[in-house]
Amino acid sequence: MAEIPHLLVHEHADNVGVVVVEGLTAGTDMLCCVTHDNSTFRLTAGADVPIGHKIALKDLKAGDTAIKYGEDIGKIIADVPKGGHVHTHNCKTKRW
Amino acid sequence: MASKYSNLTVKGYRRENGRVGVRNHVVILPVDDISNAACEAVANNVKGTLAIPHAYGRLQFGEDLELHFRTMIGTGANPNVAAVVVIGIEPGWTKRIADGIRETGKPVAEFSIEQNGDFETIRRASWAAKDFVHWATELQREECSISELWVSTKCGESDTTTGLGSCPTVGNMYDKLLPEGITGFFGETSEITGAEHICKARAINEEVGERWYKMWKAYQDEVIFAHQTDDLSDSQPTKGNIEGGLTTIEEKALGNLEKIGRTSRYIDILGPAEMPKSGNGLYFMDSSSAAAECVTLMAAGGAVVHTFPTGQGNVVGNPIVPVIKITANPRTVRTMGEHVDVDVSGILRREMTIDEAGDALIEMICRTANGRYTAAEALGHREFSMTKLYRSA
Repeated sequence: MAEIPHLLVHEHADNVGVVVVEGLTAGTDMLCCVTHDNSTFRLTAGADVPIGHKIALKDLKAGDTAIKYGEDIGKIIADVPKGGHVHTHNCKTKRW
Repeated sequence: MASKYSNLTVKGYRRENGRVGVRNHVVILPVDDISNAACEAVANNVKGTLAIPHAYGRLQFGEDLELHFRTMIGTGANPNVAAVVVIGIEPGWTKRIADGIRETGKPVAEFSIEQNGDFETIRRASWAAKDFVHWATELQREECSISELWVSTKCGESDTTTGLGSCPTVGNMYDKLLPEGITGFFGETSEITGAEHICKARAINEEVGERWYKMWKAYQDEVIFAHQTDDLSDSQPTKGNIEGGLTTIEEKALGNLEKIGRTSRYIDILGPAEMPKSGNGLYFMDSSSAAAECVTLMAAGGAVVHTFPTGQGNVVGNPIVPVIKITANPRTVRTMGEHVDVDVSGILRREMTIDEAGDALIEMICRTANGRYTAAEALGHREFSMTKLYRSA
């Protein structure tokens, strides 16, 4: 892959991906790669998001389930637009 | 079936019981907290020895005391240890620990402080320690099959890059080396929460899976739910995990479990610091998810090399077991490079495959086993943290 991806997604079923570059700024036309099969797509970053943090791959509504590794990683507690930052301010564990 | 990993060998120390060690420590082991000073004095007198001070060993009882003995005996019995001087305040528990280590056949000397004082104890123990150092420093490494290594894993200061890169690297290593006959350990009981359905299904059979699930559920009920005051925010996941982008325990657990790869199955469950008795293969050890505690327990269980994926940069080491740090986070490589043994950040750039990363880790395991100091060893990280189950009497 000549161009280095900005965002990695584990599985096609996921609705969040992980920023893997430092200094990502809002408006960046991100190259996104699904690690399961190395397929790619593009998405515009909606916010400045630090390396390692997650970005919504589609509009997420409060009450939705965040999916990563093709699995349930918690509940969305505030609406997140496609391209938005997903973290503790809008996503919570369902466990404890 | 032979693979390209079948003929790998390392130069290790073959111990009296047949196990292979990769380090050759002469350990000065305190039975209890108040014997630390004497042990440290002996280690200061005799170069080439290593005192392992700790905080416990008095008025413990029941299962907590059993765990104390198991951790002490397991640490001394570890094949990375050539010989042990045990010092305790009184002779009873001192003998119990010394005798437990002696079952391996390695040289052990024991001393107790009451009716001798620190001075006389240190004098006698120093002579024993010096004899052990002369003996141990003449032991030679010999060629051993990689299958004889016991390799543990636990990750720390994880972030989302650990689940993408460094944990799958360890998983790939296990998928390649477990079929060659190594013995593996993974654990971190609370940190499977959210991935317990996957972990249960990765047992060798349903009976083992059911036992695993009961153990995991007991940790939830007796430890987490019994003591929690909130949603464990900032504890599990930790502040560092959250800084690194991990949001929930479920997300952390799914990344954590990448460490057992795609095809590996665990064959049995171990209590904390318990030694495997079901032959070679992968074991789940019921253990704390705190780095130093977990590595200490696995070392007491007999692991001789530890593989430690980190995202944000956990710096942990262990006194007797080399801890190999693997990271995929390019910021951690840039800002904390002195702690990194295996840089797999190429995975995030899609320049390195998981298969290549697994091979790089296997190469580093061999080099480490042959004697290369890990970053943690070079930097003097010797964290020894015993797990305590409840208050003492």
